[in-house]
Amino acid sequence: MEQKITEASADQAFTHGAGSAPRVINIQPITRIEGHARIAITLDEAGNVADSRLNIMALRGFEKFIEGRPAEEVPRIVNRICGICPWMHHTASNKAVDGCFGAQVPPAGMKLRELMQVMAQINDKILHFFFLAAPDFIMGPGADYSVRNVLGIVQAHPELARRVVKMRQAGQMMIEKFAGKVIHPVVVVPGGFAKSMTEAERLELLEKSREQLEFARFCIDFAKTNIFYKLDADTVGLGQITTGFLGTVDPADGSLTLFDGVLRLMKPDGSCQDFTYEQYADFLGEHVEPWSYSKFPYARAWGEGFSMDLAAPKGIYRVNTLARLNVCEQINTPLAQAELEEFRSRFGRPAQSTMLYHWARLIELVYACERVIEILEDPEITDTHVRNAVTPGAGRGVGCVEAPRGTLIHDYVTDADGLISRANIIVGTTHNVAPMNMSIRQVAESVIQKGVVTEEALNKVEMAVRAYDP
Amino acid sequence: MPVKVASEWLNSCSGCEIAILNLGEALLTVLPHLDFVHFPVLMDHKYFGQTGEGDIHHLEIPEAVVGLVSGGVRNQEHLEVAEAMRRSCRVLIALGTCATHGGIPSLINQFGNDELLDRCYHTETTDPGADAPGDTVPALLDRCYALDEKVKVDIYLPGCPPHPDQIAEVLTALLEGRAPELPSKSVCDTCPTIRDGKGKLTKMRRFTENALYEPGRPLGEMNCLLEQGLLCMGPVTRAGCAGNDGPGPRCLIARVPCRGCFGPVQQEGNQLLDMYNALASNGIDFTHIADPSSMLRFSGAHGLLRVRK
Repeated sequence: MEQKITEASADQAFTHGAGSAPRVINIQPITRIEGHARIAITLDEAGNVADSRLNIMALRGFEKFIEGRPAEEVPRIVNRICGICPWMHHTASNKAVDGCFGAQVPPAGMKLRELMQVMAQINDKILHFFFLAAPDFIMGPGADYSVRNVLGIVQAHPELARRVVKMRQAGQMMIEKFAGKVIHPVVVVPGGFAKSMTEAERLELLEKSREQLEFARFCIDFAKTNIFYKLDADTVGLGQITTGFLGTVDPADGSLTLFDGVLRLMKPDGSCQDFTYEQYADFLGEHVEPWSYSKFPYARAWGEGFSMDLAAPKGIYRVNTLARLNVCEQINTPLAQAELEEFRSRFGRPAQSTMLYHWARLIELVYACERVIEILEDPEITDTHVRNAVTPGAGRGVGCVEAPRGTLIHDYVTDADGLISRANIIVGTTHNVAPMNMSIRQVAESVIQKGVVTEEALNKVEMAVRAYDP
Repeated sequence: MPVKVASEWLNSCSGCEIAILNLGEALLTVLPHLDFVHFPVLMDHKYFGQTGEGDIHHLEIPEAVVGLVSGGVRNQEHLEVAEAMRRSCRVLIALGTCATHGGIPSLINQFGNDELLDRCYHTETTDPGADAPGDTVPALLDRCYALDEKVKVDIYLPGCPPHPDQIAEVLTALLEGRAPELPSKSVCDTCPTIRDGKGKLTKMRRFTENALYEPGRPLGEMNCLLEQGLLCMGPVTRAGCAGNDGPGPRCLIARVPCRGCFGPVQQEGNQLLDMYNALASNGIDFTHIADPSSMLRFSGAHGLLRVRK
């Protein structure tokens, strides 16, 4: 198998640059994203886009190498899938192991889990917006690459940069002080949570959370004033495609939840189907392409197959911030709900513009800050009964959360000793691989014509990727 | 003159890069002294020219004094990037336990590539009959290697992730032209829990219920987790996670046992054998431990984890 891969890539590599070979633009690596990916754009003889691909370049194989491990250890192994969102994998994995072992989590344990997971979302959104995405808007998509980054923002807007760095750092330290580790956490355990929260810790976190909410309000106001107004007819269409959406909602009222609920799959026409975590494989499938280590999830339940054709896509849905705001009925915190109403009044439901992921991300930032305060104001959060003992054994569990990058699914089966016998994992970003391929094509066709290729044009192609925060 | 710095990530998760950002305001202080010339997570320098039409057989990374590399080496692209970083950087730093010892992704060394590809592309959700990818994606190497198995490494900075205090120490030391001072003891040497050494235990139990501790009381009032019968890798793991002035090892703050994420105490150590020794010398039976190879979960490169027969 390995030999086969070697030969295939060697062949591909040597087609480039040969006499009659087509002109290929390699955007490699894609930057200001997490992980290894490349965009290859092939031009035809007239210099227009003939083909484009997003190649996901790495495969680590967590689904394979957790086989045979004691399931209770797995939540502190799979957090290494992502160093930006380890809390999401840690939490979803624990839910899956709970399912395998038939564990019941005490109320305080569940609340502490949600608190940590939502606090981690806050830091993630600040990181993505200001460190990864904003340079394209604040410095401009055509600014020189040496300054089109967060270091450029530090130079050009030192006060803003200092405030952002300080608030993100404060958020990270809030988690670390209580939970020990903020990157690659360990404190969530099958059956609950490993430590309880004291009243002093609760009060300290509550005070800092209120500062975070103030900062979130500053962020969205700043973005509306300085960035989103630029989402005019030209840029709002950057990477725009028409797809369905997937996210998690509260089964009681269809409201936004990041932590727990039912999955909701929306068709491009806005009609929805809800299903439980355990039913995911009935609704979702994964297509495999020879040119990407990442798989391509699609809506198997629609029965139309899989196609990334821009004119007639099949089975394509999107996840992440915009998807969650499209599938939910409302947001049950007041400031975020007001933002959602304004957003919907301007862009409708479902909103399809890819650039609106950024706006939706900041609405979720406001929600996450409000939700953290709600949880910390719940007196039960300091209850000392945070974990029930678990008994390793045979079973199956599907654990999901909404990661910043989309719906995260961990599905495990254990044997009689409680060791993992099979695992299937669908990571948030993976759902968006097909949509990213489509958005890349859409932008590439609009910015590359008659053989003219500029740095700014290529950065606009990457901006379509960055909107999805992969 | 600011010092030129290049940064790359290989078979990794980006946690090490987030640890750099977690320097926080200290980062803003050191930034004016650093000139980042290549840093994919934060800036847009490309391998094959900014308009993507360079020779794809000559990956280009600008020259730098300091090179930071996280992640192990698992595929052909990682190898090319590692070699390019070595060529371009005067001082090469292996950042994080994946780079120093393979890290969690080196658990794959217990499986062959055929088993890996067969599972990943034939799951409950993949389309039936799919072939594994093999066109224009980098070929997998036979296993996951630590960075120094492929290129010479000058400074080892382990941790999953490394503590920002140690990242700051390395950067500061390089700016001052001296050798960095990094932790050399074991996690236990930085752990304030109570050890009474009575040694009544004969077995370790799985972590299926919480450790015994008084809620709200400091870590120094909790009994050692090993002495509570929980497997804790503290004795055989390099110190550092507590930082310069933290209250204790990070996992212990969460009241859970250490799993060894800073790798062995000595760079060439073997956490599994060292732990067997530690347990045996205390009269503890280790033969019942479920999946003992997990004790090498952070250090499975350098040939320590091999394909299961």
